[in-house]
Amino acid sequence: MKPIQFATRAALPALGTALAALPAQAQEAAHSVDEKINEVVGSVTGPFVNFIFAPFPGTSFPWIVLWLVVAATIFTLYFAFVQFRAFPHSIALVSGKYSDPNDAGEVSHFQALATALSGTVGLGNIAGVAVAVSIGGPGATFWMILAGLMGMASKFTECTLGVKYRNEYPDGTVSGGPMYYLKKGMAERGFAGLGSVLAIIFSIFCVLGSLGGGNMFQANQAHAQLANIIGDYPGWITGVIFAAIVFAVIIGGLKSIAQVTEKVVPFMGVLYVGTALIIIFMNFDKIGWAFGQIFDGAFTGLGVAGGLVGALIQGFKRAAFSNEAGVGSAAIAHSAVRTKEPITEGFVSLLEPFIDTVVICTMTALVIVITGVLQIDPETGQYIWNADLGRVETVGDVSGVALTSAAFGSAISWFPYVLALAVILFAFSTMISWSYYGLKAWTYMFGEGKFQELSFKILFCIFVVIGAAMNLGPVIDFSDAAIFAMALINIIGLYFLMPIVKAELNSYQSRLKSGEIKRYA
Amino acid sequence: MATETFVVAYENKEGDDGLLDYAIARAKKDNAALLLVHILEWSPYKFLTPQELEERHARRKEELARAKEVILDPALAKVAAAGLEGDCRIRYGSVVELVVEIATEADASMIFVGRSGTQSMTARIFGSVPLGLAQIAPVPTVIVP
Repeated sequence: MKPIQFATRAALPALGTALAALPAQAQEAAHSVDEKINEVVGSVTGPFVNFIFAPFPGTSFPWIVLWLVVAATIFTLYFAFVQFRAFPHSIALVSGKYSDPNDAGEVSHFQALATALSGTVGLGNIAGVAVAVSIGGPGATFWMILAGLMGMASKFTECTLGVKYRNEYPDGTVSGGPMYYLKKGMAERGFAGLGSVLAIIFSIFCVLGSLGGGNMFQANQAHAQLANIIGDYPGWITGVIFAAIVFAVIIGGLKSIAQVTEKVVPFMGVLYVGTALIIIFMNFDKIGWAFGQIFDGAFTGLGVAGGLVGALIQGFKRAAFSNEAGVGSAAIAHSAVRTKEPITEGFVSLLEPFIDTVVICTMTALVIVITGVLQIDPETGQYIWNADLGRVETVGDVSGVALTSAAFGSAISWFPYVLALAVILFAFSTMISWSYYGLKAWTYMFGEGKFQELSFKILFCIFVVIGAAMNLGPVIDFSDAAIFAMALINIIGLYFLMPIVKAELNSYQSRLKSGEIKRYA
Repeated sequence: MATETFVVAYENKEGDDGLLDYAIARAKKDNAALLLVHILEWSPYKFLTPQELEERHARRKEELARAKEVILDPALAKVAAAGLEGDCRIRYGSVVELVVEIATEADASMIFVGRSGTQSMTARIFGSVPLGLAQIAPVPTVIVP
């Protein structure tokens, strides 16, 4: 198959020629700006990344991944598989069957879910999955789905607490999220000092996460996709354009851009899943084989370095990065819902990892596996491992979002253009959501106020440029590290506070049974 | 004491003065009370940014207060000045559905609605409030030009 870059670049000759016409010297200078930024930021973030991803003593398993998996397992068992038991009730809540008509005009469960989803459904689902399967092999998909299913219990726990311990101000606005439940909830459990410290540490990591995964990674992959379509050009150019648009929305208050994005993003999500399904059904005969690869790869590795453990680490890592269960970010978005029952928001939020990981990420993985962009040695039937690059050989030698693009493009030649648009919109909506999460953590630390808000927002825009200019490696590492660091603190708090969630759950379930909680439709 | 209730779908846009005057005149003749219904268009499926989520409750309070003070209170004063019993409802949601729901709840015998006066393509494709009411109203409905 022809590399996607060439097929698509030819279609946009005007822009390509214009960029090629840039004086060679200027291009070189631009690239050296990229490299400088890479060097400086890479050296600053290195030690932090190394700490977060340090392997468990005596193994190659990063302790932080184990931390998330163990937490998701504990919550799943502690709440007796709430993600499966409450699934139908969650759907009923989102469809408004339990919403009091007199409360119309308030934020609905659906709206909170949609907003939280637009923050999580992003490049993790497109680029992250491609990274997972190219490093961990198709087997990574199995572990990713498992992590998604278990993560539903983590999300349920954190979002219930987010609503329960939010701050409500006299003007009617609300602020919620892990920093609030860590402080107030832990105080209720008799650990006020520890809670306050954890809340501050969480806020620091949340700011870093918002600048990393919620910003730099998005800008970086949006640039990669654009460069893939119109030809290579310096990343900082994309960065500056993106930063200007983000600036216009979060500082200039240009709501129209955000509103358009918010409307188009769900449409793009449906289009993405729909196209993936079409490609999967176009290769109907290979569906069984693809699932076979996923299951076999999950336990044997199919020639991928690291085998089972390699697939498992990649699967769990990418799932956590994509659906953010246990990270605490969604609790910030969900806490705005006005409900008399905090637990209902927990039920609704557990749908998030399901939609994000079990549905959307799996679609991406299946398309990559089914279209054969991961190269297999015909003699051994095993994937060809490129030790230098640390991943499976791919058609066209691409990785990240370009691999997903190549997979979709091999079946539907024009889809890379749609994907480029989807990537840019997903990246943008994720950035807007994360700029809000970061801002909430920032103002928690430095207090509410115009100056505090503006300073964070400007910092956020600067990081857009840095993210777009850096190479994939350092950006992904820092994004992961910052997001996982949030989970580190959040989950400590969740362990302390899970009995409170259990009491809420038991009370709600008994009232639902007795008919005290009314169904309106 | 009024013998029946008329519902007025009151939007307070241009021309609604005529609607209210007409409803008052008819109510006087029939010894009816007027129930003014003001609906704020709202869909629970509309997408909001995180910032909008945070501010939604505050915005709702403002919107309700504004609708009461700026739109319904002056209209109710006009109804009272005409010597009629008057009441009002403000709700969020789909205009046609809610007007019908409130008319049914209040056991109203007639609905008054202003002509939308729009020629827009949207109104032609998706219909307008008077058209919607004409189709599903449970009681006689007067469209006031």
